[in-house]
Amino acid sequence: MIRYILRRLAAGVVLLLVVTMVVFAIFFLVPRLAGIDSDGLAARYVGKSPSPEAIAAVKERLNLDEPITVQYGEFVSGLVMGTEYDSGTDVIHCDAPCFGYSFKTNTEVWPQLVDRLPVTGSLAIGAAVIWVVAGVSIGVLSALRRGSLLDRAAMITALAGVSLPIFFTGLVSLALLSYYWPIFPPGGSYTGITENPLAWAHALVLPWVTLAFLYAAMYARLTRAGMLDTMGEDFIRTARAKGLPERTVVTKHGLRAALTPIITIFGLDFGLMLGGAVLTESTFSLPGLGKFAVDAIRGNDLPVVLGVTMLTAAFVVVCNLIVDVLYAWVDPRVRVGA
Amino acid sequence: MSKKWLGLAAAGISAAMVLTACGGGGGNDDGGGSDISVDDSAISSVVDESAEKGGTLKYAHSDQFDSLDPGNTYYAANWDFTRYYARTLVTYPQKPGQKGQEPVPDLATDLGEVSDDGLTWTYTLKKDLKFQDGSDITSEDVKYAIARSNFAPESLNKGPNYFFQLLESGDYEGPYKDDNLDNFEGVTTPDDRTIEFHLKEPFAEFDYLAAMPQTAPVPADADTGTQYQTDVVSSGPYQFKGEWTPGQQLTLVRNEEYDPETDPLTRNRPDEVQVKFKQEENDRDKRLINGDLHVDVAGLGVEASARQDILRNDDLKANADNPQTGFLLYFAINPNVKPFDDKACREAILYGADKTAMQGAWGGSIAGDIATNMLPPSIPGYKDTAPYGTEGQTGSKKKTEAALEECGMPDGFSTNISYRSDRDKEKKAAEALQQSLQQYGIKTDLKGYPAGTYTSEQAGSPEFVKREELGIIAYGWGADWPSGYGFMSQIMHGDSIKDAGNSNLSELDDPEVNKLLDKSATTDDPSSREQMYSDVNALAMESATFLPYLNQKALLYRPESLSNVYFSEAYKMYDYSALGLEQN
Repeated sequence: MIRYILRRLAAGVVLLLVVTMVVFAIFFLVPRLAGIDSDGLAARYVGKSPSPEAIAAVKERLNLDEPITVQYGEFVSGLVMGTEYDSGTDVIHCDAPCFGYSFKTNTEVWPQLVDRLPVTGSLAIGAAVIWVVAGVSIGVLSALRRGSLLDRAAMITALAGVSLPIFFTGLVSLALLSYYWPIFPPGGSYTGITENPLAWAHALVLPWVTLAFLYAAMYARLTRAGMLDTMGEDFIRTARAKGLPERTVVTKHGLRAALTPIITIFGLDFGLMLGGAVLTESTFSLPGLGKFAVDAIRGNDLPVVLGVTMLTAAFVVVCNLIVDVLYAWVDPRVRVGA
Repeated sequence: MSKKWLGLAAAGISAAMVLTACGGGGGNDDGGGSDISVDDSAISSVVDESAEKGGTLKYAHSDQFDSLDPGNTYYAANWDFTRYYARTLVTYPQKPGQKGQEPVPDLATDLGEVSDDGLTWTYTLKKDLKFQDGSDITSEDVKYAIARSNFAPESLNKGPNYFFQLLESGDYEGPYKDDNLDNFEGVTTPDDRTIEFHLKEPFAEFDYLAAMPQTAPVPADADTGTQYQTDVVSSGPYQFKGEWTPGQQLTLVRNEEYDPETDPLTRNRPDEVQVKFKQEENDRDKRLINGDLHVDVAGLGVEASARQDILRNDDLKANADNPQTGFLLYFAINPNVKPFDDKACREAILYGADKTAMQGAWGGSIAGDIATNMLPPSIPGYKDTAPYGTEGQTGSKKKTEAALEECGMPDGFSTNISYRSDRDKEKKAAEALQQSLQQYGIKTDLKGYPAGTYTSEQAGSPEFVKREELGIIAYGWGADWPSGYGFMSQIMHGDSIKDAGNSNLSELDDPEVNKLLDKSATTDDPSSREQMYSDVNALAMESATFLPYLNQKALLYRPESLSNVYFSEAYKMYDYSALGLEQN
C-alpha cells in the first residue's frame, strides 16, 4: 500500500513538472513563436507608458534575453531551492517552495496563495457537504420512487441546476436574498472563520448553495442512474431474500455499490474546486484562488498563474490518490495494486 | 421522463435564458429609449455641502490599484486617492468645473518660481510639515521621492517618467544603485525648505508635474523599494492602519500629526476610509445603489445593468451624473501600412466612417458624445471643429468615393482593424466601422488582442503593426494632466514613438507638430500655448491618421449618504479628498 502511494506521489510530481512546462511555454515560448521579442515581454511588467530605460531594466531583471530553457530552469530551481529578489533597498528572500514573485503587484506569490486558500477551502468544503448530502439523497430517493412526482420534480430541478450558469443563479440569489429581502449579506462580505465564525457562515450561505445547486444536480442524476442499475442486480434480490430490512439493503448493499463512480468524480471535482471556483468567487466577490487566477490571467501575471495552476494540479493529484484508497473501503471487489 | 415534463423544464430554462440576456445588457444601453438625462448636479456644483465629520467611507474596486506607492502609479483614480495620505508640492483645488484643474500650492508655499532662462523651478516648503511619525518633512524627502520614482526603473517603473526626461541629471542611476543623493543634480536642496528643479529645456507646465504623486515626500530611511506600497509613510490626513497586504482590504485611519492649517484642501472628513479590491462589478453597483458602499474608486461608471436601473428610475437619476471622462476614443490609421501610405486612402476611411454607429456600439449618448477632433472639450485650447466631418457624422458616400478614386482604388481595398478582444464595446465599435466601410468596397478583417498585451506587444509595437498589417488600430487616450501637452505629447510627438509600449499608434512624426509641441513646452503665456494646442490638433487631423469618434462619458452614482460630492475636472471622477458622510 505504501509503495503504491509513493509511486502515485512520484507520478504526481512528474505531472506537476509537466504542468509548469506547459504554463511556462504559454507565457514565454508561445509569444516568442508569435514574433514577440523580449522588449515586448518586458513591456508587460512596466507601466502604461514605459521608457526604453525601464524596459531595458526589466529585461535584465527578469533575464528575458536568456534562452527560454535557462529561464525555466531558474523558475524550477527557485521552486525547489528558493531564490532572492531585489526590492531596490533590500533583498527579498523567497524560501522554498518559492512559487515566484509577482512583478505586477510586487509581492511573493506563495503568501498570496496561502492567504486565499482558506476562502476557497471554506467555499469548497461547505458546498461539497451540501451537494453530496443533497445530491446523493435526492438521487437515492428518485431511484427508489422511480416515476413518482418526487422523482420527476427532482430530475427537473436537477436539469435546471445543471443548465443554469452560476453567474445567473448567483446574481439572482443575491438580488432576491440580499437586496430585495436582506437576509444574507451582499457580495464582498467574506469574513475569516477565525475572526467571526457566524459572519463567516452567514456570508457563505449563498455561495455554498449556489455552487452546490449545480453539483447536487449532477450528483443526483449520477446517483439515480447508479442506484437504478444496482437495485436491479442479483445480489440485491439475494439480500432481500435473506430477509434483510429494506433500509439495510438500500444503504449497505445498493448505495455502497453505486457510490464508486460518485467518489471518483467527487475526487476530481473537489480537487479542482480547491484550486478555485472561478465563477462563484467572481460572482460573490470572494477573494479566493479562482478569482486570483482569473485576474492574473487577465493581467498576464505569469508567476501567479503558475502558482495557482500548480496548486490546483497538486490538489487533483492528492484527491485522486485519496479516492483510489477509498475504493478499497467502499467496494471490497477493488483491491489496491491488484 | 414524459414529454410533458420535458416540455415544462425546457420552458423554464428558456425563461431563465431570456432573463439572463435581459440582465446582461448589450446593445444600446440607453435605458429603453426614455429620457436619458440624469441630474448632473455634481458636474458643476458641490452636492450636499456639509462641514460634518465622522463615519467610515467605503470604496470598492473591481480590480486593484497598480500600486499604492505614490511614486509608482499611473492611473487617475490612484492619483485622486493618494491625496488622502500623500501630499504633493502642488495639487488641484476642491472646486467643480474648469477652476478645479488649475494647480494650487499644497506642501509648497506657492506655485513654482521659474528662473529667467526657464531652466530652474523653485518651490519652498511650508513650515511645520510633519510625517505620520512626527518627523519633519524636508526638501531632501521630496528630492528623494523624485529620485526613486524616476531614476530606478529596475524597481519602480509603473509611474510616468517626466522628471527623468526633463531633469538635467547626467548619468545618475537612482538611489538604489547610488546611495549618495548629492549625485542627483537634477534636484538641489539649498536648505531644508527649498527645492530646485534643474531642467534640460524650459518646460512651462512644470506645476502640473509638481502636482503628480511622485512629488509626495518619502523619508529615505523608510523606503523599502517595491515593498514601500505596503507601508507608505503618510504626509496627509490619513495613514495606513498597519501594514497593508496587496489584494486585501485597505484601511486608512486618521494621521494625528497632520495639521489641517497647512493644507489648502479640506480632506479629513471621514474618520476612516476603507477600500475593498476585486469586487464583482454588478454586485458592486447594486451595493452602491443600496448605499452599502459609497464610491466605486476606479471612477469609470456603473455597468450596463445598473445603468438601465438608474436610467429607468427618477429617484436614482436624481443621484447620478453623466460627465465626460476626458477619455477620447479613436482609431489610429497607420501610414506605414499599405495602402495608408497614400493620404487619400486614409481620407476614405475618415469619410466612410459612421460615427453614430460607433457611438451606438458603446451604448449611445449616455456613453459618450461624438468626437470630431483630437482634443477632448475640457482641455484648454479645444475648438469645436470637425475636419473630415460628414452630415450627421454618418459618413459621406460622395466624399468617400472621391477619396477612393484619388487613392487609385475606386473599388476599395483590404486592410485590418485591431482591437482589444476583452473589451466588448471596443470590439463592437470596430465591427461598426467595418460595416460602414464595407459598402464602399473597403474590406476589413478584425483582429483582436488581449488588452493586457495590446500596447506592450501588438498595437504598441511598430514592427508587429507592420508585419501584421494593422492599418486601423482601436485605441483611447486620456491626459496625464489637463493641458494640450498633457494629452497630445504621448500620442502625437514623433519622439514618443517606441519599439514596445508605443502609444503614438499613428506613428505621427510631423516636424511641424513636433516643433509646436516643443515650443508649447517653453511658452509661458497660457493663451499662446492654447493656440498652439489648437494648431497641433488641426495638424494631426489634417494628417488623416486619426479617426476620433467618441468623447467618453461615465454614468456615476452618488449614494445619498455622501456629502461634498463634485466631479473633479483634474481627475475626471469625483474628488475623493473632499467626500464626507451625512451624519444622522
